[in-house]
Amino acid sequence: MNNPEPTQAVTRSKEDVVFEARGLTKVYDMGEVQVHALRGIDLDLFRTELVVMLGPSGSGKSTLLNILGGLDTATEGTVSYLGRDLTRATQRELTEFRRYHVGFVFQFYNLIPSLTARENVAIVTEIARDPMPPEEALDLVGLSDRLDHFPSQLSGGQQQRIAIARAIAKRPAVLLCDEPTGALDSETGVVVLEAIERVNRELGTTTAVITHNITIGDMADRIIRMADGKVSEIEINNNKRPPSDLHW
Amino acid sequence: MRALERKLIRDLWYMRGMAIAIAVVIMCGVATFVMSRSTLDALTNTLRQFYSENHFAEVFSSAKRVPESVAGRIQALPDVDVVETRVVAAASLDIEGFDEPVTGKLISLPDEGDPRLNQLYIVNGRKVAPYSDDEVVVSDAFAEAHNFKPGDRIAAVVNGRRKQLTIVGMARSPEYLYQGSPDSIIPDFRRFGIVWMDRTPLASAFNMEGAFNDVSLTIVPGGSIHDVIDEVDHILEPYGGPGAYERKDQVSHFYISEEIRSLGTMATMFPVIFLAVAAFLLNVVVNRLVQTQREQIAVLKAFGYSNVQVGLHYLLLILAIVLIGVAGGLVLGIRFGQGLAGIYAEFYRFPYLEYSLPATVVLSALGVSIAAAFAGAISAVRRAASLPPAEAMRPEPPPRYRQSLVERMGLQRYLSQPTRMIIRHLGRHPIKAGFAVLGISFACGLLLMGRFFTSASDYLLDIQFNLTQRDDLTVTFVEPTSRRGLYSLESLPDVEFGEPFRAVSVKLRNENVTYRTSVQGIKPDGDLFQLLNTKLNVVEVPPEGLLLPPFLGKRLRVAPGDTLDVQVMEGRRPEYRVPVAGFIEQYIGVGTYMDIDALNRILKEGPTISGAYLAADNTVLDTVYSELKEMPRVAGVSSRLRAIQDFYDNMGANMLVFAFFYTLFAGAIAFAIVYNSARISLSERARELASLRILGFTQGEVAYILLGELALLTLIAIPIGFGIGWGLCLMVAESVQSDIIRYPFVLTRDTYAFAATIVIVSAILTGLIVRRRLFRLDLISVLKTRE
Ligand SMILES: Nc1ncnc2c1ncn2[C@@H]1O[C@H](COP(=O)(O)OP(=O)(O)O)[C@@H](O)[C@H]1O
Ligand SMILES: [Mg+2]
Repeated sequence: MNNPEPTQAVTRSKEDVVFEARGLTKVYDMGEVQVHALRGIDLDLFRTELVVMLGPSGSGKSTLLNILGGLDTATEGTVSYLGRDLTRATQRELTEFRRYHVGFVFQFYNLIPSLTARENVAIVTEIARDPMPPEEALDLVGLSDRLDHFPSQLSGGQQQRIAIARAIAKRPAVLLCDEPTGALDSETGVVVLEAIERVNRELGTTTAVITHNITIGDMADRIIRMADGKVSEIEINNNKRPPSDLHW
Repeated sequence: MRALERKLIRDLWYMRGMAIAIAVVIMCGVATFVMSRSTLDALTNTLRQFYSENHFAEVFSSAKRVPESVAGRIQALPDVDVVETRVVAAASLDIEGFDEPVTGKLISLPDEGDPRLNQLYIVNGRKVAPYSDDEVVVSDAFAEAHNFKPGDRIAAVVNGRRKQLTIVGMARSPEYLYQGSPDSIIPDFRRFGIVWMDRTPLASAFNMEGAFNDVSLTIVPGGSIHDVIDEVDHILEPYGGPGAYERKDQVSHFYISEEIRSLGTMATMFPVIFLAVAAFLLNVVVNRLVQTQREQIAVLKAFGYSNVQVGLHYLLLILAIVLIGVAGGLVLGIRFGQGLAGIYAEFYRFPYLEYSLPATVVLSALGVSIAAAFAGAISAVRRAASLPPAEAMRPEPPPRYRQSLVERMGLQRYLSQPTRMIIRHLGRHPIKAGFAVLGISFACGLLLMGRFFTSASDYLLDIQFNLTQRDDLTVTFVEPTSRRGLYSLESLPDVEFGEPFRAVSVKLRNENVTYRTSVQGIKPDGDLFQLLNTKLNVVEVPPEGLLLPPFLGKRLRVAPGDTLDVQVMEGRRPEYRVPVAGFIEQYIGVGTYMDIDALNRILKEGPTISGAYLAADNTVLDTVYSELKEMPRVAGVSSRLRAIQDFYDNMGANMLVFAFFYTLFAGAIAFAIVYNSARISLSERARELASLRILGFTQGEVAYILLGELALLTLIAIPIGFGIGWGLCLMVAESVQSDIIRYPFVLTRDTYAFAATIVIVSAILTGLIVRRRLFRLDLISVLKTRE
């Protein structure tokens, strides 16, 4: 297994580091058994870059993303965001961090079923600092014509695009997507990825996308491979392709 | 409107079924509370108002014959405010078309103007004209019983002379709202009437010119009632007064306030229990409701909503439900309260009603409901919010099911797959199941409590009629007579046989506790009147000593074997020491008993009787009545059976009216709780059940999994509810004991069956509703979105 550190050092300078994770460990205590989801992760994510995290199911991708996004806490090790230590942050600071800095896209969309597309976005923009109007965010993901539909009236792909609109509408500094195409067919998946790529390009949002689909790695600046709770390899993609070129 | 507020409204609409069920629970609790408290308030206020408007006296006394000039000495006493002297006399009344003897109490009114104390409230007709010789006003209950109209005439036999009287009006007086007496607490409106007339004719008929034999008075504010009583006694002693007493010992006031007191106990206990149970159920239900929202809470948190914001969101949701419930409860409570207060005003013959709703009642209902709901919501919100959002959003890990006890015992062969799922699910969520069971149990307990008075009353009547009171007629003589009086009764053609009794008013005392009642001397091996011990076996009346109910024993702090001071309230008012021979069971009134010979001995008299119990041919009772009426010594005849029935219709029914409403509310709570448990289960398990349908389970099998669980929980809950109800009823029976009526702690099989039936019917109805929802379960959408 090769050490990822040297590669990163040449590509980016220290000021550009958004997330810095050191020795991250996560153990789930299940009573009789302990699950080691993360076993010492060292990783940096840089400003404006789009990384794709690949790895088999159960390798710890979601766990890592959740800890980075302040949704979960590490058992050991540290994560810092723009130099601030998230592992020592209070509940309040974490809430503020999520509110103003992070956009999430979840594998199962997690929309609020009792709110329409527009309202699902609005519920986030209403508490943000400099959001775009919900309509604009939905336009970015190509859903201008579904503003007043409820989640139950939309397809999986459409729901996932609302989830993306919801995540980006506050113009977050980082966008964290957990298998955004996992439940979608290839065609819909491409539409969703295009939305993500566009946000990354136009707003300069640092973006991490989890997938177990190797093809998607082609749209990334860097590909981070995980296995068994560790980063197994980091690959710089010099041959970045737009999502529209991807097929699977 | 902000998106979060929209979510609130839509969520509320979406869960309207459950929300309404929860609101119903609160509504019932609040309605019970408001209804009871406001009714009670109305009764006490009205009573106070009526007393003050009609100048009800505060001290009462009587004497044989007092010169009017003595009134000036009473008036001159330091703390005395207003004094009113009267002439009061007993007469027998002759009413056309009514063959039985009727006793009248004639009370004088000033010849001119209203009395200064104990004024009359004219219900119908008019007042007696000044200096009228024959005009009278009669008590309205008496008038109703005989259907009198103004202008009707009755005859009074006064001192052996017959006097024709004309009824000009019907009235209520603060002195006679309740027309019982310590000897017979059972008012008999047909055979006892109050007649008011001008003083001059009454005084001349009774040789009371220039004198009085009854005085009542009020005290200046801050005056000492005890000093006044002592001084009045001192002044009246030479004139043979039995002693002055204050308002709280005045018969009508005593019984009314006793009644209102026991009604008050009931009206406090029931709603407090109801509200407490409603609060508990609310807590449980709200807790579960919030738990079903665990993922949405996590999403809100993931996007930066703080715990406080999320918490407030759910508290608002709950607040909306609570407010709907409280508002409904207030409306219902006020409506029922007004109706109920009206019914009670009738019972107590209040001429009008002062109904108002004290703000404290509304505020406490609101406060308790909100506090209970929030307590439930906060713990659930906190639990949901304390999970890291990542964890809360993960599909809930498949719960670690275990083989149930039943299966480990090797019984699974007998259980179908769905049955095993039910049992494992319950085993997996024992706390949730426990609370569901407890909720249904409480509802069942409330039902038992609501029915308790019906159950106890039925039993009480049964005992009274079939075991104690076995005579057909009770005859009372004008004054104690020799035993020969009995023989003359027995010699009447339609009388089969009779048994004598001797009744005497007494004041019982042990140390400084006193109690006014009567001692009834009866034949030890009598057939027509039997006493029962607390185990309901017939008591052999012992040759010595007093038998009394444990209720009185407790009051006087005596037990069998102790000795009591007995002061006879007749003649020279001698005092004796009498041993307590034993306790007897007694549900209505407070009376004491002893062997008639022993009583005669104590009173140092020969074989004297006050009256007799008669066994007569029931088909010719009317003939017997007219025969008795011809006998000069007979003061009154009553059918105790009928009197008890009347009493029960009036007084017993008082409790039953309240109880009826309590039962109604308990039923509504039972349904709401069962329905709620099932609905929440459904929303918790919709995905699982839809998956089973996709795997090929039939609708019936899936319904069985959910409804089988409901059935099982209900069946477990019923016996526990019986236990809870038993405890509640015991508490209630203890606390509503009064001098007038003491409900035996009896829960009949019917009562249990009733409670169980309501719970089971609720479960079946719920089952039908939930089954319909299950059948409409949208399989695809349930699997597509995880909400
Ligand atoms: N809340 C949890 N409780 C227990 N184990 C968990 C929990 N979350 C994740 N795991 C375990 O941690 C490991 C990593 O999970 P995850 O990060 O979700 O993997 P991936 O997203 O790469 O599929 C898995 O073995 C998973 O079962
Ligand atoms: Mg994952």
